[in-house]
Amino acid sequence: MNHVAQRLLTFPLILWGVSLIVFFSIRLIPGDAITAMLGTEAGLLTPDQRASLARYFGIDQPVHVQYLNWLGGLLHGDLGVSVTFGKPVLDVILQHFPLTLELAILSMIIALVVGVPLGVLAATRNERLSDLVVRILAMLGQSTPNFVLGLLIVFVLSVYFGTVPAMGVFTPITEDLGTNLLQLIFPAITLGFAFAASVMRISRSAMLDVLGDDYVRTAHSKGVSYWGVIWKHALPNALIPVVTISGVEFGYLLGGAVIVEQIFALPGLGRLVLDAVTHRDYALVQGTVLFIAFNFLLVNLIIDLLYVALDPRIRLGNR
Amino acid sequence: MTSLLSVKDLHVGFGRDARANEVVSGVSFELQAGQTLGIVGESGSGKSVTALSVNRLVDFGGGRITAGKITLERAGGDVLDLTSASRHQLRQMRGRDIGMIFQEPMTSLNPVHTIGRQIEEAFRINRGLHGRDSVDAAREVLERVRIPDAQSRLGYYPHQLSGGMRQRVMIAMALASAPRLLIADEPTTALDVTVQAQIMGLLTELRDETGMAMIFITHDIGLVAGIADQIMVMQNGVVVEQNDTSSVLDNPQHDYTKHLLEAVPHFSSGQSARNDGKRATGVEPVVAVDDLVVRFPTGKSWLHKGGAVHAVDGVDFDLLPGETLAIVGESGSGKSTAARAMLGLVGKTRGRIDRSTGAEHRPIQMVFQDPYASLNPRLNVESLLAEPAIAAGHRKDQTLRERMTFLLEKVELSADALTRFPHQFSGGQRQRLCVARALMLNPEILVLDEAVSALDVSVQARVLDLLVELQQEFGLAYLFISHDMAVVERIAHRVAVMYAGQIVEIGDAASVLANPQHSYTKRLISAVPMVGQRKRHYTLDHTQIPSLVRAAGYEPPAARWREVGADHQVRIEEPA
Repeated sequence: MNHVAQRLLTFPLILWGVSLIVFFSIRLIPGDAITAMLGTEAGLLTPDQRASLARYFGIDQPVHVQYLNWLGGLLHGDLGVSVTFGKPVLDVILQHFPLTLELAILSMIIALVVGVPLGVLAATRNERLSDLVVRILAMLGQSTPNFVLGLLIVFVLSVYFGTVPAMGVFTPITEDLGTNLLQLIFPAITLGFAFAASVMRISRSAMLDVLGDDYVRTAHSKGVSYWGVIWKHALPNALIPVVTISGVEFGYLLGGAVIVEQIFALPGLGRLVLDAVTHRDYALVQGTVLFIAFNFLLVNLIIDLLYVALDPRIRLGNR
Repeated sequence: MTSLLSVKDLHVGFGRDARANEVVSGVSFELQAGQTLGIVGESGSGKSVTALSVNRLVDFGGGRITAGKITLERAGGDVLDLTSASRHQLRQMRGRDIGMIFQEPMTSLNPVHTIGRQIEEAFRINRGLHGRDSVDAAREVLERVRIPDAQSRLGYYPHQLSGGMRQRVMIAMALASAPRLLIADEPTTALDVTVQAQIMGLLTELRDETGMAMIFITHDIGLVAGIADQIMVMQNGVVVEQNDTSSVLDNPQHDYTKHLLEAVPHFSSGQSARNDGKRATGVEPVVAVDDLVVRFPTGKSWLHKGGAVHAVDGVDFDLLPGETLAIVGESGSGKSTAARAMLGLVGKTRGRIDRSTGAEHRPIQMVFQDPYASLNPRLNVESLLAEPAIAAGHRKDQTLRERMTFLLEKVELSADALTRFPHQFSGGQRQRLCVARALMLNPEILVLDEAVSALDVSVQARVLDLLVELQQEFGLAYLFISHDMAVVERIAHRVAVMYAGQIVEIGDAASVLANPQHSYTKRLISAVPMVGQRKRHYTLDHTQIPSLVRAAGYEPPAARWREVGADHQVRIEEPA
């Protein structure tokens, strides 16, 4: 538990580092909210108009003061106001996040349900035909860019079925589960394919390692059935690297999947950040990136807790 | 009468072409109910593969029985052909008819399940017990293997138990189904000698209680002497000799058996201790260690000061030129830590280490246990040998090259070894390379940390002889750290016995080994297997090593010593 407490203590420090980087790096991009809004016409503004717009967007003060103001707001749970949405940043994020979260969870379920059993199967059939098939599949999954797969799915759906269910207005899970799932299942498959491939590879190699361990031989010598040995004795020991890989990938997905969201016209976090950057919506970029970083840290903390649950040696210390 | 187990002309191979890669060729033996067969051989002799073929575990390691027949008489009296049995029959046989324990108790238990769960599983599969019944059965069997406080131990995970305890858990698991045959594959090799004696005692008692037959596999012919009815000696996949125990041991027929019995170090209570180079008085020691203390703090945070592990707690000894001092003790006794502290490889908490004040300063060098891990596989022998010299500031010139070839010749390797890489040498050859490397800087003292422990028994003898020759030629002083009393007897002039971080007895090797005074030394020496002892009765002894973790500020009481002989002192045991 000591370890977890340490992790929690570093949380604010890391977030502060992220806040510094995102705050100043977005200001390194030429242009500001005014030019982003008005384009070349911004040059026609009188100094007075420009100043009042700057005051409106909150970019009239020196950069460090802006930073401190923003940081002060953060400490009170105020992420600022998005100029493009005209709403508090937090509201905008929370409006887009459920989709990203659901998509990430669906992709992970697909990855685990497909990846772990296939990886285990490949390990038990080491060097045989089914192993080869799984390995080729894994290679394919990891090397196919997800926009290729996404476009392929869209193409097949529209040509052969005449419709792409994802297109149109996104239906939240709370409104209509059926439509919601129909809209998300194809993007989830697109993302889950590569995800499943890495889960497959890692399950296979972890399983191969574990199958050579002495306690697996012990289990066989006790007369445990073959699949009993695999599931009860080998798999729990092989899960740690699988949890690591899945956690990291899941963490990335929580940051949104720009390309897949674009292909399937989904309003997720990825597109939100992209749009916010193009519109120089500083508050929204900062808030979203910070939110994504926080989620990533949280996922890593959960992974750590899972290790503790999975391995008694970590839980109880060495003696 | 049919035998319990009958193996006829067994051939086992590995890999795609199992017939071409045969590791067991034509092994045959019969085992009657209640009898014990000892299979003796060195690594690669095929002894483990033979045993693993009997319960067909060899299948899971990529092995295949290419010819021969194995039949087992089952409890009901029907005979099962194990070479042609179905997967289902094999699974029923494993555990139920044949139990097995393995060499590495540290890795043979599943780390993520409690030992209770692992034992209960054996009862569930083989006896059909469930719930409360399987828990009770697990507790009972733990009590049978003499694990104290069995009820609460059921909830322990393997890593919370010592090696000896884990091996007992393994035995408990194998016993769960009351097998008619127990296969023990080097069950004590990874354990300390006093723990080995405990496990051997337990196995003989359980065998007598249950009437099960046993196949006992070992590299130590002295160990089977005490337990086996018959002995089978294997070399390179074939049986070179098999007969009843006393015939094999007293009247060996095959040269290899003779070699195992004669060339391999066997413990003989100090009778074969060295008698060259008796201690002369008035010679300045090459190193004198005074009140050496090494402690490792256990406190996890820097805020509160925790206790410390007293790894080495007030050790004194000196070493004369050309002398071997053996430090013996079991794992965790602090013997390696003391030596490492002497070299500065671990920081000492306090104490003095005084080197001799000779004109030329000759360094201390070290040879480690594992010759496979202590040579960088990417460097050839020339670079390996040159390394210490280059580190000491020498140039790689003609003189250095001459010294390399000279030393290679001394360790009985040819000069063309220089361009080769470590993987091209055998274990014994690698360890000789390590010795040559250690001698590059012409050291005064060589620290040999379990330097022959990882070698096969017959290779051990050669390396030991070589070490004695080198010592005499170069006037080397050896600090020889070992847990193996038989090896120590061959090489030591003096012996220091370490127990729980302290030296409890020190003195002339012959005197200490023949006439041990401290209760721990006595226990240690009586635990050493000897070829002369047949059908040995091991007394079960549960003495545990005291914890070395002490509260902050703890100092051990000052040592008081008793003189036993001219050069033999024993620490007076304080009542706890």
